[in-house]
Amino acid sequence: MDLKLKYYLQIANNALILSHRLSEYCSRAPFLEEDLANTNVALDLIGIAEATLEQAAILQGKGLSGDDLAYRRPENEFYNTLLVEQPNKDFAYIVVRQFLTDAYHVAFFSELTKSKDPFLSALAYKSIKEVTYHLRRSSEWMVRLGDGTEEAHVKVQTALDSLWKFAKEFFKETDADIFMQNMGLGADLSKVETAWNQKIREIYIMATLKYPPLNDSQVYGGKEGKQSEHLGHILAEMQFLTNKYPDAKW
Amino acid sequence: METRDNQGQLWEVFIQSKPGQAFKHAGSVHAYDKNMAIENARDTYTRRGEGTGLWLIPSSEIVAVTENEAEYFFEPADVKIYRHPTFYNVPEGVTNM
Repeated sequence: MDLKLKYYLQIANNALILSHRLSEYCSRAPFLEEDLANTNVALDLIGIAEATLEQAAILQGKGLSGDDLAYRRPENEFYNTLLVEQPNKDFAYIVVRQFLTDAYHVAFFSELTKSKDPFLSALAYKSIKEVTYHLRRSSEWMVRLGDGTEEAHVKVQTALDSLWKFAKEFFKETDADIFMQNMGLGADLSKVETAWNQKIREIYIMATLKYPPLNDSQVYGGKEGKQSEHLGHILAEMQFLTNKYPDAKW
Repeated sequence: METRDNQGQLWEVFIQSKPGQAFKHAGSVHAYDKNMAIENARDTYTRRGEGTGLWLIPSSEIVAVTENEAEYFFEPADVKIYRHPTFYNVPEGVTNM
């Protein structure tokens, strides 16, 4: 597969799948304002996904649309990390998943602004304003819960211990990451990881959470298309309409 | 299922639509602290480019005239029309008056 195309899909699929998870939570947040805020984040992410998929479809040059790349691909052709497809088990899981991803997005897009690919650097400049706000919100929730009541602290620590094994896949280099980096088109993932670590550590301390987590072993696969069972369920729902009515139009 | 009110405190939201203009009351939001209040206000009231500035004030900090007081607070002014500046001409081109 074209490595540049794969790189675009990695970016787009992270945003698309996390956005879908957040949209599943629509109307279920603890209160109205949080519900609006979460769906706002979902909308920002779908904006990133849409722009990137449209461009990916042009790159691919097969006359497909961005929608085709979202709705007509099987799960082994999705290159998002395993983290973003993890289910909305409870509010703490949603906050932790969001925080780990937001911190990555801020660090990643900051590096991607240096890309020689005009689309990617423009995407990075535009997205950085959005994801900086996302990170501000999720960081505050981490601290509010972690440094909050005993129950909140336990819940956020539990979610973190459970999700940490997926946290570092963002920095696991694929052939696409290496190719794009070498061409001066992609972000330097080692720099991204350093910036990410710094933010994670800062918030862990403020949130009185255990750092580093006791078990640091990691699970990889998503970025290579080896997805967990969760993605299949997400796609079954997300692609239902296209599967049933392939050429349905509004 | 949680039934007690756990939405936090009520805050009043004021939006400035353009730099230099007065902040106007837009509504209210629930939040636990100042940061959360201003973020919730941003996400609830300024998603469509409504504002360039935001103020948040805890509703409990607002001093208001009660209904019982309204009579002697406001009604005496009703009969004093000479206090209205209706005898001046506003120069052409002056806006925001």
